[in-house]
Amino acid sequence: MTSRDDILASIRANRPKVDRPLPPVPLFDDHPPASLLAAFKENLERMGGIFLDLPGAGDQLEPVRAKIAKAKVVCSTVAEVPGNRDIAAARAPQDLADVDFALVRAAFGIAETGSVLLHDSELGVNALAYLAQHLIVLLDPSDIVVNLHHAYRRSEFQHGHYAAFHTGPSATADIEGVLIHGAQGVRSLSVLPLARAAQPLGG
Amino acid sequence: MSPQSKPSDHTGLLHPGLLAPDDRDAIYRDGQRLDHAEGTSRPLHAQPEPQPRGAKVFGNRPIDQAEAAARFIAAPEHEKMHDERLWDLRQKRDREMHAIPEWEELRSLASAIKEHTLTHLDEYLEAFEANAHSNGVHVHWARDAAEHNRIVHGILQDHGAKSLIKSKSMLTEECGFRDYMASVGIDVIETDLGERIQQLDNEDPSHVVVPAVHKLRTDVAQVFAKTIGTDPNNSDVHYLAEAQREANRPLVLTADAGMTGCNFAVAETGGVIVCTNEGNADLSANVPKLHIASIGIEKTIPRLEHLAIFVRLLSRSALGSPMTQYTSHFRGPRAGGEMHFVLVDNGRSARLGMAEFWTSLKCIRCGACMNTCPVYRRSGGLSYGATYSGPIGLIIDPTFNAHKYSNLPFASTLNGSCTNVCPVKINIHEQIYAWRRELVKRHEVPFAKKLAMKAAGELLSRPSAYRAAIAAADVALAHLPRFAIYNGLNAWGKHREVPHPPKQTFHSWYKANRGGKDDQPR
Repeated sequence: MTSRDDILASIRANRPKVDRPLPPVPLFDDHPPASLLAAFKENLERMGGIFLDLPGAGDQLEPVRAKIAKAKVVCSTVAEVPGNRDIAAARAPQDLADVDFALVRAAFGIAETGSVLLHDSELGVNALAYLAQHLIVLLDPSDIVVNLHHAYRRSEFQHGHYAAFHTGPSATADIEGVLIHGAQGVRSLSVLPLARAAQPLGG
Repeated sequence: MSPQSKPSDHTGLLHPGLLAPDDRDAIYRDGQRLDHAEGTSRPLHAQPEPQPRGAKVFGNRPIDQAEAAARFIAAPEHEKMHDERLWDLRQKRDREMHAIPEWEELRSLASAIKEHTLTHLDEYLEAFEANAHSNGVHVHWARDAAEHNRIVHGILQDHGAKSLIKSKSMLTEECGFRDYMASVGIDVIETDLGERIQQLDNEDPSHVVVPAVHKLRTDVAQVFAKTIGTDPNNSDVHYLAEAQREANRPLVLTADAGMTGCNFAVAETGGVIVCTNEGNADLSANVPKLHIASIGIEKTIPRLEHLAIFVRLLSRSALGSPMTQYTSHFRGPRAGGEMHFVLVDNGRSARLGMAEFWTSLKCIRCGACMNTCPVYRRSGGLSYGATYSGPIGLIIDPTFNAHKYSNLPFASTLNGSCTNVCPVKINIHEQIYAWRRELVKRHEVPFAKKLAMKAAGELLSRPSAYRAAIAAADVALAHLPRFAIYNGLNAWGKHREVPHPPKQTFHSWYKANRGGKDDQPR
């Protein structure tokens, strides 16, 4: 017998003969916050993330440009802000080890936790979001769902090979509970609530 | 981020002496102290002191948890800091719980989903395997720890891999994975800060979520000075954490393979979910071409809609943080990469057949039971001398070796707090009690303990004899000289003051004050 057969046979021999039906799971969305964006911002900040306020007028990307102004290596996977490191030219994740700022678009966000979902279709190279020193994420406010129950109904989990919720920056408090940002991954995570560019007509 | 001193209201500490005079270590946002991840909600500082070590292990001899706990208690700075840190996590957990009206419903759902999955585990594992296959993942099955280690070694050999970066996994601890890999010449590098500290110090993790929680910053400074060349006199936590990040980064970039554990395996998608605060699982899995995930078979859940329940419960229960910083979903290899899943039994299918103990397989390894346990908080995780410590360890460890871990189920007050905080509603304290019975049945309980329990059993079964004994004990306590109470024979008098005896027992007070109607059954 193979190990597979052995293990499955052992489970069948031992599994308790009791009736345990699978319960239906509610969406727990009876009392949504008045503003999903405001709740998202509050929770992101609690988790150590930085919410960039969208300028009321003028250049919408000004807060992002200000952040990356002095950076040496900027790798962008969004059309709105060009970087100076072409991700398509990275043959291996290791080629991105010197990136100071990475810019990506989130598939969606979650108001309950202040999380953004980064999907492999947007990242290009998954490791970019961890090797970079700092991460800036563009999030369309209309892409914010109320909670995790709604999040897991999204199609992003049915396609692609990798997706990760980022909720603030890389953090640790493994030594005496002292909070550190930038444990092994990014030292900061900033989110700009910028709508996606309109799809070109007939595109 | 503006450091500032905040001598504000910090009442409610278990050990007020630990309160730091200033809070230069903390991170503030808009005047609010951040305490996400496993960060403390209050500034704490302990005095340097040599680190007490864990239980002494002598082959298969029963672990003497009480002996190791006594040494931990004899190091008061370590003991107080440990107690305070974990109680802080427990309080943060309560804060999160109160913020979610459906909390109790989530716990009931989590329990029901786990019990359903465990009673249909063969079907869900087959579905998980089939879906993982169709995503391009290689799936392996391991009956036990040795087979797990051989399989992983085989995969590494196939790729000529000599170095492996990995994220924290209790399953690989259970398998003695690092020792095995060292014996076959593979360099394993832990990428979680706490786990790396423990690896560099040749110690096991003392807690399932915060592996180095039993250490003070000065202990870490000594470990890092010896291993990664930091200044032995600098125990600034920001300095130490940065030094570890910088020392590990080159190892991450040059590793031949990456490994993660698995928090949840979703049958519907054939994918695994890994939760970390440091993003180190994502580095381990996404930088090298080869990713191996070790998965305990009990981690399976049916569908994504169920995952939502567990993600909402896990970090809130573990750390009192709404979410881990990273919740990562691995479903298949990257372009040009390779992904392997190793499904590990190692005693789990046998545990499924233990009528009183099978529900311990519901455990999601959050550590809430450890954070709340008065015995664990004051004795340290390494005193248990086993992979799993604290209340959940007391009911899991004996399933691996009932003789070696025969003392552990007695390291509990049976106060039930563990059961109350468990996010998947495992009746932990009842299972601890059931293990005591089971161990007596299997003759794994020492004669002296059995004799004492037999005497107590007879006393407790006769109310009038019990009342007489209590009254006599109270009188004795009030009049005995100290040496008669605080000596080696009275375990309750060690390291603590015995409470003042009441002038009257409750029963005699009731008789005197409630009309003398003694209608209690005798």
